[in-house]
Amino acid sequence: MSKGTLFDKVWDLHTVGTLPSGQTQLLIGLHLIHEVTSPQAFAMLRERGLKVLFPERTIATVDHIVPTTNQARPFADTLAEEMMQALEHNCQENGITFHNIGSGNQGIVHVIAPEQGLTQPGMTIACGDSHTSTHGAFGAIAFGIGTSQVRDVLASQTLALSKLKVRKIEVNGTLQPGVYAKDVILHIIRTLGVKGGVGYAYEYAGTTFEQMNMEERMTVCNMSIEGGARCGYINPDQVTYEYLKGRDFAPKGTDWEKAIAWWESIKSDADAEYDDVVVFDAAEIPPTVTWGITPGQGIGVNQFVPSAEQLAEEDRQIAQEAYTYMDLAPGQPIQGTKVDVCFIGSCTNGRISDLREAAKVAKGRQVAEGVKAFVVPGSERVKQQAEAEGLDKIFQAAGFEWREAGCSMCLAMNPDKLQGQQLSASSSNRNFKGRQGSASGRTLLMSPAMVAAAAVKGEVFDVRELF
Amino acid sequence: MVSEVKAVSGSGISLVGDDIDTDRIIPARFLRCVTFDGLGEHVFADDRTALKGKHAFDQPQYQGAKVLVVNRNFGCGSSREHAPQAIAKWGIQALVGESFAEIFFGNCVAMGIPCVTADSTTVKQLQEIIAANPQAAVTVNLETMQVQCGNFSAPISIGEGAKNMFVSGTWDACGQLVAHTDQIQATAAKLPYLSWSKVAVG
Ligand code: SF4
Repeated sequence: MSKGTLFDKVWDLHTVGTLPSGQTQLLIGLHLIHEVTSPQAFAMLRERGLKVLFPERTIATVDHIVPTTNQARPFADTLAEEMMQALEHNCQENGITFHNIGSGNQGIVHVIAPEQGLTQPGMTIACGDSHTSTHGAFGAIAFGIGTSQVRDVLASQTLALSKLKVRKIEVNGTLQPGVYAKDVILHIIRTLGVKGGVGYAYEYAGTTFEQMNMEERMTVCNMSIEGGARCGYINPDQVTYEYLKGRDFAPKGTDWEKAIAWWESIKSDADAEYDDVVVFDAAEIPPTVTWGITPGQGIGVNQFVPSAEQLAEEDRQIAQEAYTYMDLAPGQPIQGTKVDVCFIGSCTNGRISDLREAAKVAKGRQVAEGVKAFVVPGSERVKQQAEAEGLDKIFQAAGFEWREAGCSMCLAMNPDKLQGQQLSASSSNRNFKGRQGSASGRTLLMSPAMVAAAAVKGEVFDVRELF
Repeated sequence: MVSEVKAVSGSGISLVGDDIDTDRIIPARFLRCVTFDGLGEHVFADDRTALKGKHAFDQPQYQGAKVLVVNRNFGCGSSREHAPQAIAKWGIQALVGESFAEIFFGNCVAMGIPCVTADSTTVKQLQEIIAANPQAAVTVNLETMQVQCGNFSAPISIGEGAKNMFVSGTWDACGQLVAHTDQIQATAAKLPYLSWSKVAVG
């Protein structure tokens, strides 16, 4: 059992008691909700005659269903409009703050909470969304829950949970130019597997993460779930505090000093004990691209689609499924694979620094003929900032479409979808069959700079050659 | 409303393959809804369309099945409870697999649907037995921690906490959680950040 880690400390501080089942009743410090996984939870609450216990600890936004072109109400999609109205009604009825479209604060739930300073070290954070792990970048214990659990948090501000084990993932050294946080996490998942993290919280440690800014750390923690780990975190440090200082909900005045002292106290101890430790060398991580139908099926951009014999026995069956679905043959180089659609956005890579990196590649170049490329900022604030910096102009001049904030083609619940067998280069987090809106659509995951490179070349391309 | 789940018995159905994710269980376009009603008919929608009637969930011999047997990392991906809800609304009451993704497992507990694990040999044998004899009753017994079908019987596992919740009928945690308001308030009072980070606007 782990001891003295941030996970242990935060868990203990939030423990309300032990339930008869042996599970812990854990207090949730911050609850985030969106339109997809909350309406049924409010309905369950009503059915049982329960009220929201701490309405001031729940924050709502709308992200999954929002159109990124025409956002006028009512939405053209009547089902989406119905979900929107349900959320508006539920928030109003229960006194919950809702960051609606046009408020200047709307966006993907995992983008807006950090940018407003809602996400802070030492918190427990839950949301009916598996990428809640993102918030672990601040040294919070943050994880996704299902709708019945959303109900539980609304009703009691607590959850019934069993404690996780803690695996320390240490990455040391400096990343090569053209290699990003996204490549680091794709590399980790590729190595440890998509089920490697089941039962664990991942603590990311080492000099590579220490050198990363907060947005890069969020990209890493975001995809913990793709490695099977329900949450992932990085101990807070000066970088964390500097990011937080002055944000809307960050502690102010004398509270700020108190907060730093408390945040320092919840960090993993130098002699903390872990259930497992894995070490990587940053210098060995290449720009990484997925070729298959799970985020663990990744390879370096200069590598070849692996043959079944090159894979561990247990990975062969899913590889066979992937060759067929992706229409990629073993031994084929991934570089040079023609792309149809390029998507830059999502809670993994839809933040301002992601757009800046992609814009650097797009600047002065043109989207290849026949390729549809579009950029969806992660939030209204990201969009505004990007426009202030002129990034929208750079993208548009290069032939990218510039859209409104939302989840968009990360999961294609809005009108942005792949058609037929189209192949997309995507900065999102999941390459599951059918994920981007077409039952036969294909997704290659990569960093935003690599997506921009694919857009201008019309094929998978090593972004390092464009610098 | 809460009831004890000590054993589930009924005919079986198998899905062979690892890493069957929630997007496959219920594609995102079916999440455009404000209730879980009607999800059962869309379970595995795209896989079923692709297999043109040959998907297990469409085959006549498996209609009415209650126990779903799967391989590794079943239910990985998103937190959508729509996935287990769709499976349950189709008729499944218990799952046996080599392993389950955690959020999926937690969702199933909250719905009163046990997901038990067994070693890969057991799972393969069960899948073969079901294929050979779709009508045979498969029994998942949480008291004896055995899965049984005809003469075949093998041990199963599930976390102690989850097992207790099923057997004692306390899998719906909501009632227990709300009963502890005083302790909840006391724990909240000790957390410094609740006072310095008022999250509600205005
Ligand atoms: S951007 Fe994608 S992964 Fe992130 S919350 Fe939206 S749909 Fe989920």
